[in-house]
Amino acid sequence: MPSLSVHVGGLDLKNPVLLAAGILGTTGASLCRASRAGAGGVVTKSIGSVPREGHPGPCIVHVDCGLLNAMGLPNPSYRDFQAEIDIARSGGVPVIASIFGSSAEEFAQISRNLDADAFELNLSCPHAEKYGSELGRYPDLVESVTGAVKAASRVPVWVKLTPNTADILDLGLAAQRGGADAVVAINTLKAMAIDIETGYPILGNRFGGLSGRAIKPVAVRAVYDLASRLEIPVIGVGGISSWEDAVEMIMAGASSIQVGTALLQGYGVFEEIVSGLSAYLERKSLTLAELCGMAGRRS
Amino acid sequence: MKPINTTILEVIAEAPLIKTLRLDMNLDPYPGQYVMVWIRGLDEVPMSFSGPDRITVQSVGEASEALNSMGKGDSVGLRGPLGRGFTLLGERILIIGGGVGTAPLAFLGEEAANAGIEVTSLIGYRCSSDMIFLERFQKLGETIVTTDDGSCGICGRVAVGLEELNLNEYDQIYLCGPELMMWDVISKTREHASKTQACINRYFKCAAGICGSCCLDPEGLRVCVEGPVIRADRLLESEFGRYRRGPTGSKGPCRG
Repeated sequence: MPSLSVHVGGLDLKNPVLLAAGILGTTGASLCRASRAGAGGVVTKSIGSVPREGHPGPCIVHVDCGLLNAMGLPNPSYRDFQAEIDIARSGGVPVIASIFGSSAEEFAQISRNLDADAFELNLSCPHAEKYGSELGRYPDLVESVTGAVKAASRVPVWVKLTPNTADILDLGLAAQRGGADAVVAINTLKAMAIDIETGYPILGNRFGGLSGRAIKPVAVRAVYDLASRLEIPVIGVGGISSWEDAVEMIMAGASSIQVGTALLQGYGVFEEIVSGLSAYLERKSLTLAELCGMAGRRS
Repeated sequence: MKPINTTILEVIAEAPLIKTLRLDMNLDPYPGQYVMVWIRGLDEVPMSFSGPDRITVQSVGEASEALNSMGKGDSVGLRGPLGRGFTLLGERILIIGGGVGTAPLAFLGEEAANAGIEVTSLIGYRCSSDMIFLERFQKLGETIVTTDDGSCGICGRVAVGLEELNLNEYDQIYLCGPELMMWDVISKTREHASKTQACINRYFKCAAGICGSCCLDPEGLRVCVEGPVIRADRLLESEFGRYRRGPTGSKGPCRG
């Protein structure tokens, strides 16, 4: 069996398939369930400095090509989340705390007060006022937030990037200048759906983020561009629901991948991707390192 | 699946704060399943079915109050039926319900009776003016009523009515009501937990099994898709009856 273990962004992972932020990440128990199901690492729900209830419903809309969501960053604040991280850690895989703030200082404050194996900076949520991509679309803010968390914490810092920008590469380079240990690409694409019976936007927040199948080609391109220019690793996320998707994302240059919307089909998706990836590497007599970025070497 | 537009055909007042909305659509639900009801411009909330084409709503917050102020001809968006409902098993069943929690059980009892199953009901309310669906249960078979204030039936909580029954006589027990009432029942009938199906409530946000708002400790059971009907032996080992998470994900006390 080919080894799937990988060192990425300062963490040792038993396999490169992680649970993405915002998915089943509110409780330590559900994060543990993802590790038991085979995830190589788990990312928590994004945690802020004050409790938030999130947007009114509907919070999701199933569309033909994927899923729209506008949860609105519901979270109990870092003051009430350490116990969940501690439970999640009993699952035996690294626990990456996703955090969000409206300033570099707020990010740094949260990172000083949470004990996790790494931080993932949410600079990319597309539907929360004053947070996420409202900071993350400015390269100078990406750099300063990253730098502030790097200075405040002793664990690796990953930066999750927004695709809702003219050039995601500028954001990746900014994260790298700020000292990021890895970038994660991509978050959801800003989107909306309208009820044609009445004209009401369906999401309670009116607009939200599109994930799932529709955004995979967008994510593959973003990862390809980032991986070809950055020196730090790129973690690929966006529409991955099968081992074939995972192979494609790794070929684009992803050192590891995250799975989110595919959890609609249940926790079994981790085992499917991990075993499929392993069988593929065996059949092709390839290592994970050889697979990573293969597309960039084919030109 | 985008919300399905549905029109309210009839509004039936059941009790001072409880109304049944009959819809122009039969989504063919199993009793115990729920539907996300979109009150346009306000919110989307889970409601259980009190019949194949109806929901019964108790005013407890902004969304349910808005729903209960709707009239014939008004419309809402529906997403469902969702979750795992009750499974009918055996030849003799016992229904135990409290308050508006009797709504899915009246629906279940009628399905059971149609399938030739013998139904006994133990239903409790705060007071006689809060009683709903009494006739529906009485039509199904023996019905024991409790009220907290003694204004009808046995005086006391639902669990007091258990003394009137021999639970060994029933193949399956079906439970729905306020959490502490359900906890009271299942903690007093532990030896029957493996044949007790309880329809429980948690804070649902996505209702699709991915956001994690409704996960039950310590297994991380996703109540919105793996429930809301859960066997009592799993509940006995869980957070149920001790705490529940609210919209932020923070733990809080269980309600009534």
